[in-house]
Amino acid sequence: MAVLKMQRISICALKKDRKSILEKLQSLGVLEISHVLEEDEDFHKMDTAGRRLGFEKAAAAADQALDLLDKYAPEKKSMFAALEGKKLISAKAEEKVREERRDLLRIARRISDLDRERAEQLASITKLENSIAGLEPWLALDVPLKTSETRRTVFFPGTMPGGTTLEKVYEVLAEQAPEAESADVRIVSSEQSMVYLTVVCLKEEAQQIEDALRSAGFARPSQAWKEVPAREKEILKEQIESCREKIAGIEEQIRALAARREDLQIVADYYRVRADKYEVLGQLPQSERTFVISGYIPQCAARETADALTGKYDCMVDIEELGEDEEAPVILKNNPFSANMEGIVESYGLPVKGELDPTTIMSFFYVFFFGMMLSDAAYGLIVAVVCGILVWKFPRMSPGMKKSLKLFFYCGLSTLVWGILFGGYFGNIVDIVSAKFFGKTVTPPALWFVPLNEPMKLLLFSLLFGVIHLFTGLAVKGYLCIKDGKMMDFFCDVVLWFMLLVGLILMLLPSSLFASIAQMTIVFPAWLNTLAKVLAAAGALGILLMSGRGRKNPALRLALGAYDLYNITGWLSDVLSYSRLLALGLATGVIASVINQMASMLPTNIIGIIFFIIIFIVGHSMNLAINLLGAYVHTNRLQFVEFFGKFYEGGGRPFEPFKENTKYAEIKEETLS
Amino acid sequence: MSELGIVYALLGAAVAVLLSGTGSAIGVGIAGQAAAGVVTEDPGKFAKVLIIQLLPGTQGLYGLLIGFITLSKIGVLGGGLADLSVQTGLLILAACLPIGVVGLLSAIAQGKTAAASIGIVAKKPDQFGKAMLFPAMVETYAILALLISFLAVSGIQV
Repeated sequence: MAVLKMQRISICALKKDRKSILEKLQSLGVLEISHVLEEDEDFHKMDTAGRRLGFEKAAAAADQALDLLDKYAPEKKSMFAALEGKKLISAKAEEKVREERRDLLRIARRISDLDRERAEQLASITKLENSIAGLEPWLALDVPLKTSETRRTVFFPGTMPGGTTLEKVYEVLAEQAPEAESADVRIVSSEQSMVYLTVVCLKEEAQQIEDALRSAGFARPSQAWKEVPAREKEILKEQIESCREKIAGIEEQIRALAARREDLQIVADYYRVRADKYEVLGQLPQSERTFVISGYIPQCAARETADALTGKYDCMVDIEELGEDEEAPVILKNNPFSANMEGIVESYGLPVKGELDPTTIMSFFYVFFFGMMLSDAAYGLIVAVVCGILVWKFPRMSPGMKKSLKLFFYCGLSTLVWGILFGGYFGNIVDIVSAKFFGKTVTPPALWFVPLNEPMKLLLFSLLFGVIHLFTGLAVKGYLCIKDGKMMDFFCDVVLWFMLLVGLILMLLPSSLFASIAQMTIVFPAWLNTLAKVLAAAGALGILLMSGRGRKNPALRLALGAYDLYNITGWLSDVLSYSRLLALGLATGVIASVINQMASMLPTNIIGIIFFIIIFIVGHSMNLAINLLGAYVHTNRLQFVEFFGKFYEGGGRPFEPFKENTKYAEIKEETLS
Repeated sequence: MSELGIVYALLGAAVAVLLSGTGSAIGVGIAGQAAAGVVTEDPGKFAKVLIIQLLPGTQGLYGLLIGFITLSKIGVLGGGLADLSVQTGLLILAACLPIGVVGLLSAIAQGKTAAASIGIVAKKPDQFGKAMLFPAMVETYAILALLISFLAVSGIQV
């Protein structure tokens, strides 16, 4: 239940050690770089942008090659690949890869080149296919498709608009070129929009005839082929085949390079890490012989880091407390159970300076409410077992994922407990199955009570849990006020509200309204009734007078007080909001019963039983999925809106240390020092 | 005329399922359009936007819940129709109205909010936790209606 205390560490060392010191810090990953020193005549920053860019490019090239490898030689991945996390490699393997990094980069480039070649081959296949399509209408022709001549005549092919017939062509010729009579026109093939024809005529009339035809839309083909169309088509097909072979060859070559996949991953990470290092190097103020590095470090790691550095290098390490107005980055530190809920707090916002880490307090309520909303023993068991197995089977999954799964593991356990308390096992499956197949209805007893039979009782308990949750929130606010020494705020914003609310609740309990809801009468002794009235009245009066205490103007002060008093409706709606604990719990149970009911309507024979099982599995998986989502969303809401609304704002900045930010693999640390 | 009692009661169950189911269908539809847009740009966000798209679907389930309880109360399920007076039938119909009407309208509103939240996920995927919360705020009122419908239906003596 804490935010780790941050300190500022400043290291001044000799320039010759700067790379190894940076590497050391990067592998420790405990320092967030933040410089206070500006450039001056002694200290300059080094321009590393060029080299950094080079490393980034190398990393990108390796990444691209890996993507291509995935495309041509996909790795077999299990369904749970996302859970496996980064590979762990030994420092020795990394060293080996580092030595041959230039070769590996060459391989990466080779893969990209091969891919480009393949794309070129693909493009030429498309081009060849287009040629064949253009050749298709001429296939009936048995001479080459190009202008050719004999001694006296000339031959040329061409196209004319669709619908042109032989008669029409001669008509045009007769009209436009009456003197030319030697033309012999043949239509090779015709399509909707195009007619393909050839013309043979005397050499001297050729120009005249072509001009005449041109006026009717004649055009020479755009491509000229040397061979007879049928032969030409075969040649083109052969070319396509050879392109295909080349592509297959290229793919084979790429696949052969897939053996280096792991090395490429390591080298991509290596360049990524180096790019990060050079980015930091570019920020360091450096004098002629020395350099300074400064940043935030958690107090628990500060001493150790300083000792590790001073023991090995000639350097000065200075650790100091943070200034008053400095906004330190935040790391949360909680007990092993509550730490799993840190992700929830993070998604709302990390605590800012002076705020309390709400994770520990929240974690218990979180698991409690989650279980109550899902409240089915079988569902809880499934969730807990599945999450438990995943966490156990994949020890190297990313820390965030592990936390989420553990969170659901605990929520599943809580659901199991609530399910046993309320007697829900897949809704009412035990009743249904026993009645259908054994002719005798057996109902598993609820350890506490069945919500469907006594909804009002559960509603009251839900509201009671809500009041406890909200009062805890208000109490935390009180604690924070006291811690900061704001006694006036503590009294006005916390104590007065407690008086008012407790007074109102005590007044409500013996009333006839409550009796009609709860179906039981509570009789308080007379003094308690009086005390309740006194508390409520004093609280209300106090709030009315004190809420606007910052204002001088008495009228404004009273108005603000009255406005704050109006917040009592906010409290009412906050408490009523906890009725969702009942509603979502009922929804799980009743919809599960609907599924069971549907399944039980089938006849009791083999087919009926098979369908019973299918409906059971599909229906309950859907119900579990939807209600799991509902429970998650609404538990978050109760924490974020109702609970955090009382004392917590968030908005802190997460701690982002200078570390080895790898994508594929992590290097096993051999020793710390 | 006492045969009409059971008709009114069944009408109640129908109203609960019909209206809230319609609302959820519209709401999930609205959110689904936004979700599909995000997935065309970035298929990796599929799981996140799907979760948000599902949020307006719960009203339909709440309607189903009330409908089911009503059916089993008046004996449509499992045979043996209850003998209801017209007054009781109308009482059940009235009890079913809250989840029907609120379910219809809140699911549509929640669908629009979900579509906007999907916009958050598209631009800032790390704000998923907050994005999920906005549609959940709308759902509160459907839950309150469900509660009243449930308490009323189970409170009516048949």
